[in-house]
Amino acid sequence: MSKLREALEGGKFVVIGEIGPPKGVNIDKCLEDADNLRDRVVALNVTDLQSAVMRIGSMAVCAKLVERGLEPVFQLSCRDRNRLALQSDLLSAWVLGIENVLCLTGDHPNLGDHAEAMSVYDLDTIQLLKATSTLNQGFDMTRHELDGKPDFFLGAVATPAADPLEHEIIEMGKKIEAGARFFQTQAVYEPEKFKRFMDQVQQFKVPVIAGIVILKSAAMASFMNSNMPGISIPDSLIEEMAETKKEDRRKKAVEITIRLIRQVKPLCQGVHIMPLGWDELVPEIIKEAGFD
Amino acid sequence: MITITEQKPFEEILQSLEKNTAVYIIGCGTCATMLHTGGKSEVLTMKERLEEAGKKVTGWMVIPTACDQLTKAALVESARTIQEADSILVMACAFGVQTVGFYIEMQVYPALNTLFVGKEEGPGHFIDVCMQCGNCVLASTAGICPLVRCAKSLLNGPCGGSVGGKCEVNPDIPCAWQIIYDRLAAQGRLVELDKIEPIRDWGTSASGGPRWFNVVTSDE
Repeated sequence: MSKLREALEGGKFVVIGEIGPPKGVNIDKCLEDADNLRDRVVALNVTDLQSAVMRIGSMAVCAKLVERGLEPVFQLSCRDRNRLALQSDLLSAWVLGIENVLCLTGDHPNLGDHAEAMSVYDLDTIQLLKATSTLNQGFDMTRHELDGKPDFFLGAVATPAADPLEHEIIEMGKKIEAGARFFQTQAVYEPEKFKRFMDQVQQFKVPVIAGIVILKSAAMASFMNSNMPGISIPDSLIEEMAETKKEDRRKKAVEITIRLIRQVKPLCQGVHIMPLGWDELVPEIIKEAGFD
Repeated sequence: MITITEQKPFEEILQSLEKNTAVYIIGCGTCATMLHTGGKSEVLTMKERLEEAGKKVTGWMVIPTACDQLTKAALVESARTIQEADSILVMACAFGVQTVGFYIEMQVYPALNTLFVGKEEGPGHFIDVCMQCGNCVLASTAGICPLVRCAKSLLNGPCGGSVGGKCEVNPDIPCAWQIIYDRLAAQGRLVELDKIEPIRDWGTSASGGPRWFNVVTSDE
């Protein structure tokens, strides 16, 4: 059983990290960032062509983590693969020792660096979760029996700032019905809004891991507000960053992140720290937040 | 419902006609005329530009409906001037280009890009509402097709990219799922969203291979 599953099913608060595979074949830095989080996080998300930018695949980096004794969460998006490729990649992932899968829709190619690509979206997230649950039961999507079945621990994404939230709640219910056993959320910056969201999703009794994205600067915050769907950073936080001198920004980023973690901790079952390049700050954040 | 076209860049048209010296131009009196992409005035402008670029234009005509079978009669009637050319430039949608090519064994080139079969939403504003997938889902989506109006063709609700009722691909595009949600809410049918939509059979769409259809009458 995966450590993430064991922790969440045992009711423990989890801290998970994230690494983004590079564009190119030099993966030493990304593996080093992963090594730095050893024993500090229960698992590490590996992004799947995040923001529709072409990079090394999630599965290869997940397999590298498994080799090193680290536990990955294999992010799998519906954007680039049809149902043949999705199911095949899932079976491949299992034989490589990958046990946690996060099913996502995937940012549209228009938003990435290969905007002219044909998008696939043969299945949507809910159908992918259902298909993966079927693999777990020993069958493919067309009910052919598998010679050996996986036992994935399945997760999905939730957007606490979704509008209308009611529709997001309906979708979360369907994701659970399709096999999701945990949720990771979009970046949370407004604990009050997050609380309102959590009040509505408690009914599901499925662990929710809050997304925490390290804020690097006021410019990044404004960029995220206008370009990253489902993320809303309040002006007060942007002003706090803007008033910080450049040399003090890292310190401020750590301070804000720890504050956010402390605010969301009583509300949910874990935090998922996304460093977006400032990976070296994560060990300190985890330590200062009292998880070390 | 009309076929939405736009003119190809003139340089691309010239490139298609690189090895040809004499051109016959065919416009269309239906969709391309309405959209000002292949009506009489556009055909005459094209004639002028081709001549400026050193091509001989042996003649031109605007066929009432280029995709129609009557195109054959029009081609026969103008056969003499058409045959004087070594190529035909068709200023109609891809249906028109292929209809001309079906009836005449000459080199046929498109002057337009065919975008989609559009529904006029407001005066002069057309939107794509159907991808002709062969497996209609409108019964469960409040009459709005998410396959073509959602950038990701999602069947079970919006992605995380729906913000303020707009699509992540372009803030000018309304999120299909927002429209579906609002319509279902107004009709008191939100409970229908609880159902997981089954996985699509894309075999009925263009993805399943070339499609055809035979009309069956009651006496057969």
